[in-house]
Amino acid sequence: MQQVKSNEKMTINTKVNDKSYEVDVEPRKLLSDFLREDLGLTGTHVGCEHGVCGACTIMIDGHAIRSCLMFAVQIDGSEVETIEGLQKKELGLELKEAFSKHHALQCGFCTAGILMSAVEFLYEENHPTEKETREMLSGHLCRCTGYEGIVSAIQEVAEKNNEGR
Amino acid sequence: MKPSKFDYYRPQTLEETLNLLANYGDEGKILAGGQSFIPILNMRMSEVDCLIDINNVKDLDYIKIEEDILKIGTLTRQRSLEQSDLVFDKLPLLRETCEFIGHQQTRNRGTVGGSVVHADPSAELPLVFLILGGKAIIQSEIETRETELNDFFLTYLTTDMMPDELLTSIHVPISDVPTGYAFEEISRRHGDFALVSAVCLMNRNISGKITDLRLAIGGVDAVPMLADEEDLKPLIGKHIEEEIIDEIAESVLEMAEPDGDLHASAEYRMHIAKVLIKKVMKKAYLRAERKEVPN
Ligand code: FES
Ligand code: FES
Repeated sequence: MQQVKSNEKMTINTKVNDKSYEVDVEPRKLLSDFLREDLGLTGTHVGCEHGVCGACTIMIDGHAIRSCLMFAVQIDGSEVETIEGLQKKELGLELKEAFSKHHALQCGFCTAGILMSAVEFLYEENHPTEKETREMLSGHLCRCTGYEGIVSAIQEVAEKNNEGR
Repeated sequence: MKPSKFDYYRPQTLEETLNLLANYGDEGKILAGGQSFIPILNMRMSEVDCLIDINNVKDLDYIKIEEDILKIGTLTRQRSLEQSDLVFDKLPLLRETCEFIGHQQTRNRGTVGGSVVHADPSAELPLVFLILGGKAIIQSEIETRETELNDFFLTYLTTDMMPDELLTSIHVPISDVPTGYAFEEISRRHGDFALVSAVCLMNRNISGKITDLRLAIGGVDAVPMLADEEDLKPLIGKHIEEEIIDEIAESVLEMAEPDGDLHASAEYRMHIAKVLIKKVMKKAYLRAERKEVPN
């Protein structure tokens, strides 16, 4: 069993965007803050810090989750992917293009989180209906776009990937 | 919006967890999925001296059937429940409900046991387990006990558990579950906390008359509410009739005391409770019928 006192730090091993880290963290440090402050990965945004807005969404072991609702010590032994990792991948580039084409962002505050959710969604759903895409997006708040462009962009990437298969 | 300091423990086994609870149960708390609990810590609505993170106790993550009982480990993610073939086959009502629990991103992390012990009166899982006649299996270093969910929820966010106890699984009987089912809720945004939710189970005989009826309502009282058999009697042996449903809704909700808050006033909650009762009864009725008509 691992344990650590509140004023001590715990050593964790984790892979973030394919890079291995061994770092010491305070138990109460939120994962979102850890990524931004300790690893300098500021692409993950922090909006509400209580799980409502979705801006902080990242992938852990292939699943999209809210990084403000986990502690950094909890990713010990896990693989994490953030928007910085996605931008180097093919799917990341496709999404980027489609988001730009459909004006799926304005200020961009919500975008990193939405893209990370979209990644898991597109891996799982081969033929998502518009309703399914909207349902997935219900976990995100965007105050700029009105969502229409985001829906079209994700639908387009899904369709394109299907043709390729 | 940052949690205050706490000691952090990460047990690997159930024994270690129960031992920690025996020692620190009073000043500590279990951390499962954390989708309700971490917001509470972040907002400092609660502070803990010690956090026992059970996410590594993999033995508590399972869905299986034994002797006609569906057993769900406390650490089972809500998303696993949603994607489980067993649940899909045996308890379509539970499957249908999963989509209403938060969002995909929170279901990936949120656990079944966490939602039940959090005991929010408008949460989906407690309500559905209640109508299905579920039991909570509770363990401490000293004993293992089981309790009917009907006795488990005491009031807002409060259950019948002691500080040294852990909810280890939920047991749901799968034989004789009525074939007609329906779950409905109204929330401000899909996936947000329900203002009110209602769920119904129903059987009908060959001539189409109702033989079995269960109804439960969430969000109208301090605990999820299971309707009394007495209140439902007027529909037994009958076809569905609007007027009788209205009567039933009145009597079921007679004791309900919904709270008004910024999302909805008490009157509005009462109103939608009635609307939803009507909706789930009609839907369950139609579904039960389809099952019963011989091909
Ligand atoms: S910052 Fe995590 S959900 Fe809003
Ligand atoms: S683009 Fe501004 S919040 Fe979504």
